[in-house]
Formats: sequence, C-alpha cells, structure tokens
Amino acid sequence: MVNGQEAAIIEEFALFDDWMGRYEHLIELGKDLPLIDPDMQDDTHRIRGCQSQVWLHAFEENGKVFFKANSDAAITKGLIALLVRVLSGQAPQAIIDAPLGFLDQIEMKEHLSPTRKNGLDAMIKQMKLYAVAFKQITH
Amino acid sequence: MNIPDIQSPSVASSFDVQRIRASFPNLHREVHGNPLVYLDNAATAQKPQLVIDRLNRYYSRENSNVHRGVHTLSQEATDAYEGARERIRAFINASSNHEVIYTRGTTEAINLVASTFGRKHLSAGDEILISTMEHHSNIVPWQMLCEEKGATLRVIPISKAGEIEYDAFLSMLSERTKIVAICHISNTLGTINPLDRMIADAHRYGATVVVDGAQAVPHMRVDVQALDVDFYCFSSHKMFGPTGIGILYGKESLLEAMPPYQGGGDMIDTVSFEKTTYNTLPHKFEAGTPHIAGGIGLGAAVEYMESIGLETIAEYERDLLAYGTEQLRSIEGVRIIGTASQKASVLSFLIGDIHPYDTGTILDRLGIAVRTGHHCTQPLMDHWGLPGTARASLAFYNTREDIDALVAGIRKVKTFFE
Repeated sequence: MVNGQEAAIIEEFALFDDWMGRYEHLIELGKDLPLIDPDMQDDTHRIRGCQSQVWLHAFEENGKVFFKANSDAAITKGLIALLVRVLSGQAPQAIIDAPLGFLDQIEMKEHLSPTRKNGLDAMIKQMKLYAVAFKQITH
Repeated sequence: MNIPDIQSPSVASSFDVQRIRASFPNLHREVHGNPLVYLDNAATAQKPQLVIDRLNRYYSRENSNVHRGVHTLSQEATDAYEGARERIRAFINASSNHEVIYTRGTTEAINLVASTFGRKHLSAGDEILISTMEHHSNIVPWQMLCEEKGATLRVIPISKAGEIEYDAFLSMLSERTKIVAICHISNTLGTINPLDRMIADAHRYGATVVVDGAQAVPHMRVDVQALDVDFYCFSSHKMFGPTGIGILYGKESLLEAMPPYQGGGDMIDTVSFEKTTYNTLPHKFEAGTPHIAGGIGLGAAVEYMESIGLETIAEYERDLLAYGTEQLRSIEGVRIIGTASQKASVLSFLIGDIHPYDTGTILDRLGIAVRTGHHCTQPLMDHWGLPGTARASLAFYNTREDIDALVAGIRKVKTFFE
C-alpha cells in the first residue's frame, strides 16, 4: 500500500452497499481531480484510449512526482482522480512499486482491463513511466 | 350494427418472439445480477441452439478434412460443407455455387476483392468511390489499393439525416470511376442505402460495385441477382452463425477473370516447381483447409432464418425499430444519430453531453448490452464532430420489453450525470 490514501479510499467506498452508490461517489471524486492546464490537452499529453480521451501531465518537486489530468468521460475522470490521489506527491520508487490493489477492493477493477478501452490501463503505465524518468533525473 | 374491430393478420400474431427467444441460450443469462438485455446485434448476434448443436455434431460425428479423402468421413464432411454452400447460394439467390466463396468474414471478402480484382483492374488516375458512412473495413483496403496504384479515393457526402447525397454521388461518377464500394446498411446509423439505383447508375459508367452487406443480411431478404450487384460481402457471426466465416458473392464472369488471392492447398489444379495451375471456382479463392465447421454452422443459421422467414423478420424488426425510435425520442435530451427515412435495426444515440463511455458503463451495470464508441466508423464521427455514440442494435429476438428496459436505463444514466 502506497499510503493512507488507499486505505481511506477503501473505507469511503465501503460505505456504499450497492454499485450505484459507488459509481455516484466515483463521479463526485472526479470533480476534485487536479486538472491539467487546458492548453496541455493536446496529442502530446493524450493517453491513447479507444473511447474516452485522457490527458496526463507530470512534474517533479523536491523529489516527489505530482500529476494533473483530465478526461471527457465522467467515470474515467473519477478513476483517474483515484489514481492521482494515491500516486501524486509520492517518491518515484513508491510510484513504480505501487500495486494499486485498492481498485480491486472497491470493485472497480473491471475498468483496468486493457480491453476496456478507457485509457486507464495505459494511464497507469504512463504514470509509472514518468516516475521512472524522474527517478533517473533525480539520481 | 356493430362493426367488429378487424385487424389485418399482423406479424405480431404469427411471430412468437418468446418461442424464438427460447432457442437462444445466451439470452437467458444474467449480467451484474440483472437479466441480460442484448442490444449489440450489429457487433455480433447470439446463436440459436440449432447452430450450436450443428457445430457440436460436426466435431463429434463428422470431423474430417474436405475435398480430399476417398474415405467416408471425408465424403460426409464435404457433403455437409458443400451442402451449406448451396443453402447460402439459395439464400442470396446467386445463380451458381461457383459464385459463393467462403472467407473469414466481410473484412476478408472486401480485402480479397481489393487485392485481386482491384490490383488487376486499377491504374493511376482511376477513382474509387466510397461513402462517408463506411466501416473501416470498407475504407482501409481501398485506401491501401489507391496508394499502391496511384488511384484516388473519393468520398460520397451524406446528409444530416445520414443519407447518401444522391446528386453528389451522380456528379462524382465518371469514366474514371472503376469501383464503387458502399455498405448496404450503415452499422452506425442504420441507413439502408438505395442500392438498386446506385448500382444501376454506377454500371452506366462501367464501374464495378462492391457491397458491404454485413448489416443487411441479418435483417432483410437480399437477392444478388435482382440487385445486379457485382460483389456482395457478409459475415456469418452477425447472422446467428459461428464467428470466423463469411461469404464473398461475386459474379462468375468477374471471379473467373480474377487472379487467386492466397496460394496453398485446395486452390490448385496441378503443382510443379515450374508452374502451378489453379483450381476452378469457388475453390480457386479458398486456399488451405477451410473453416469447415463454420461453413456448416452458417448453413444451419441460414436454415434457421429461412424457417422464420426473412420477410417476417424484416416486418417484425421494422415495428420494433419504430417503437424504439418513438420511445427514445420521448426522453428529454436524447438525440438519435441517423434519422434516414429507410433504416434497419440501429438506434445510435447521445444523451445530452454525457459521454457514450459513461452511458455504456451504467447500462452495462443494469444488464443492458449496447456498443459505445466510434463503431469503427471514425471518419463518420469526425464528420459530425462526435466523440462516438451509444448504439442499440436490434435483432428479431428483441422485444418491446427490451426497448422499455433501455429507456429505463437511459433515465437512470441521466440521474447519474445530470
């Protein structure tokens, strides 16, 4: 587990006893996502996904990696918000090693499938790649 | 005097949809704890028990290679496989079995025509016409051919309703037009294109017409001779048959003059290291051991559809589509994409500004299977500036209750995102 954020997310989602509550909460969380600058919503920052578009930006401060993102689909945006909440502000190595098991525990794992085509699987890879890159720079 | 309320005998009375549904085992499963409402028939159709049993029987009792052995099993497998070809010939009213080529599906059938007929007859400066509403599989093979030959791919525009701009089509036809490649029914919009007129007009300029019939064959009677179409391609899996098999129909004179597609067994007459001579039609285009079970399964699917009757199917679905259109229109904020006057099966829609991915995800949780995205028609989506649509597509086993479930689902989606 990367940090207390994962535990907090699992606890939050446990409050809902049906999928509708979980999805409503997910969509709400999307509204708190630190948004990427609209000028950066371009092909360079776009994660290739089949259906919903996802844009991701990463930067480094004092040895920690921070992320901003956006998506044109609300559910995808909520899922990205979860990833950003867990991974943003972490050291590169922690991001690289993060198993992100919480997605399974909040019953959102189906969205991680590469065939789901929401760009989320590619998004995690991209976040970890950024972490690898920043690790090289800081060393 | 009381005048009895006499209704003409309608399809509804002669067509027992519950009996039909009982023949499709996969329709009776649950998804996320809800009964499945399967509305993704344009992607692939469910299989009736008769087709599943036929595949099972082939592998359990008849499995053997075709066209080769003198032994009994091989004879039986060949009889079944070629019997299916005959059934498919009759289904589309081709004049000869030689005109019915087994392929892997519509995509391979189109590629076969592009690679053989196209390569042989196209030169620099020639033109191929396609329409804005084509599936990628009826765009890319022609694009590749044009790049190779220095020919030009031209795109017939469509109206806001999603119909061919017919005057534009006429003005684009010329002596340079060598091929017109067009879908019979659009997979994204449901538009039924006016093939009769288009084929006749294309022929006046000597152009050859290739039709992507994947979305038409499951929903209506297709008569290739009445259409006078040159090539007609379709897939088994969309017409209740197995995946991995489809048909290229071609006029015999055209097929005879075409070079083979792939080399290998079954497509040869004699082989020596110096020179190979090719087998006769249809085998010239069927290299290697074919998808024997697939062909036989497709034959069973055709038999099943014929037992219901294509006219009955078309009439029932017309009624269902009209009901679905009316119901979707009654929901505030729902926009139907594709409003051609002649349509079949497809209800593409958007709900306000809600992303189709979000719509599809919530509908899936409710057990409702629709397709979301660009439906492999990216240029069409770009043309209208859409991120994609959600698409419900009907088959004859769908019911008004399925439409009602979709409508309830859409209302639920609205409460989530609005």
